[in-house]
Amino acid sequence: MIDKIFLNMTRTSALLILFIVAWIFVVLFNQSTEAMQTFGLDFITKDEWAPNLDKFGAYAAIFGSVASTFLAMLLAIPIAIGVAIFLSEIAHDKIKGFFGVSVELLAAIPSVIYGMWGLFFFVPILRDMFGGMGIGLLAAGIVLAIMILPFMAAVTRDAMNTTPDILKESAYALGGTQWDVIKDVIIPYAKAGIIGSLILALGRAIGETMAVTFVMGNVHHTPNSIMDPTTSIPVTLANEFTEADSSLYFSSLFGLALTLLVMSFVVIAVAKFYFLRKVRKGQ
Amino acid sequence: MTAVQKRIIINRLALAFSTLSAIIALAFLFWILGVLVMKGMSALNWNIFIYEGSPPGYAESGLKHALVGQLILVSLATVIGVPLGIMAGTYLSEYGKNSKLAHTIRDISDIMMSAPSIVIGAFVYAVVVMPMGHFSAWAGAIALAIIMIPVILRTTDDMLQLVPGTLREAAFALGAPKYKVIIDVVYRGAKAGILTGVLLGIARVGGETAPLLFTSFNDNFFTTDLNEAMPSLTVTMFNYAISPYDDWQQLGWAAAFILSMFILGLNIIGRLILLAGKRK
Repeated sequence: MIDKIFLNMTRTSALLILFIVAWIFVVLFNQSTEAMQTFGLDFITKDEWAPNLDKFGAYAAIFGSVASTFLAMLLAIPIAIGVAIFLSEIAHDKIKGFFGVSVELLAAIPSVIYGMWGLFFFVPILRDMFGGMGIGLLAAGIVLAIMILPFMAAVTRDAMNTTPDILKESAYALGGTQWDVIKDVIIPYAKAGIIGSLILALGRAIGETMAVTFVMGNVHHTPNSIMDPTTSIPVTLANEFTEADSSLYFSSLFGLALTLLVMSFVVIAVAKFYFLRKVRKGQ
Repeated sequence: MTAVQKRIIINRLALAFSTLSAIIALAFLFWILGVLVMKGMSALNWNIFIYEGSPPGYAESGLKHALVGQLILVSLATVIGVPLGIMAGTYLSEYGKNSKLAHTIRDISDIMMSAPSIVIGAFVYAVVVMPMGHFSAWAGAIALAIIMIPVILRTTDDMLQLVPGTLREAAFALGAPKYKVIIDVVYRGAKAGILTGVLLGIARVGGETAPLLFTSFNDNFFTTDLNEAMPSLTVTMFNYAISPYDDWQQLGWAAAFILSMFILGLNIIGRLILLAGKRK
């Protein structure tokens, strides 16, 4: 009797997860139908976002999300791979421990603090270097890159560490230098794991709100250069959700939220199911 | 230059590059940590814990409202999220095991762990704030709980699976029903692991700002009414930091420092518990 109740309670809780996820999609979809019906495809292809005229085109926000994430990946990937190589192949055990602790420290810092640092300390430097306001796509990309770097380096290192020692030793025995071993043994072996980890980091970066809200500018305009202020989906949501005053405005914001959810769901699912599953099977 | 010399030079360059990138990464990270500690420490004083928010320019302004609000929001989220997360994890590990349903739930929950938190905020806005007609602490806590559940589910599932099957079989052989085996044997064996999962879950939602922006919203005054908008450290920090007032910005850094220490503490305690458990 109690056994049955216990089983049902746990099963209900487990099914609740599936239910919540499905519910999120349904709610966001329902809420955004008005915008979808009014604008159709124009919603994602036009960049005119004028609440006072009841015109909502999300192109600038979508472009900003993609561009800032792309920029962040471009900056973070080489450094993260460098750090991972350093940690798995070069560093002394003591340094590894120290670095591991630092990474934990940084993972503990709320993302809003990265944004505050960006606004007060990094944007002024960009302003002095390149002129203009400093706030914009480049600032967002750099802050985002710094934020995902610890996570990215840690998972890439873990992927590299899965290479069996015996493979590395064989390569050394053939007279390979450390770099030969890294590029011809470790990287090919851990390729799927590394790519999966990088995409997972991308999935996190694309939905990040607070780190970029401070430094992006929230201007609905497709930028002409990486120094221009622009916006992204999470930035628009954070800034405008509580200000929306018409049902079409709300509906458009929910449309943005749905777009973001679908984008990140696809990215994370590809990383997890295509690349990281391969790794698990391979082991 | 011989081929060997060329390979040695390339090797040195590559290793130098990766050491350099480690130095660059560390430099940025210490810069941020340094700013947080310096700015936070210099803004800390007793007034922060005694006074609530006030208009800029008043000496008697503090963060009491946000500290208490944060505590209420996170506790409420813990009360909602922890039992659900542990029970769902229990189902996966003890009943679902390798069934298709269990794997689907694991996969979806894993994806949810990395899903954009602001979208959860929008969802809770639609299903809680809109029907109620106003922002509330409940809405904020529900949003945080939704983010917390996948984290706790995952660790509970992993930790329960570490409990040896022979322990379960021994209890079954004594005639114990399954729920008794789970509660008295499996949970007891995985106690440290589950506790760590709970602490990490709390740490994960403690630093969230985005899902609170339009659920619990914010308030510059002290409140304990769960049906009203409730201030939180993160949203207060955000509002104060983008304000043009110097003293508000100072308070923002103090809030950042306090919150980071709190989350860091949770992370460290969680890991220590796990280490102590392993040593046994």
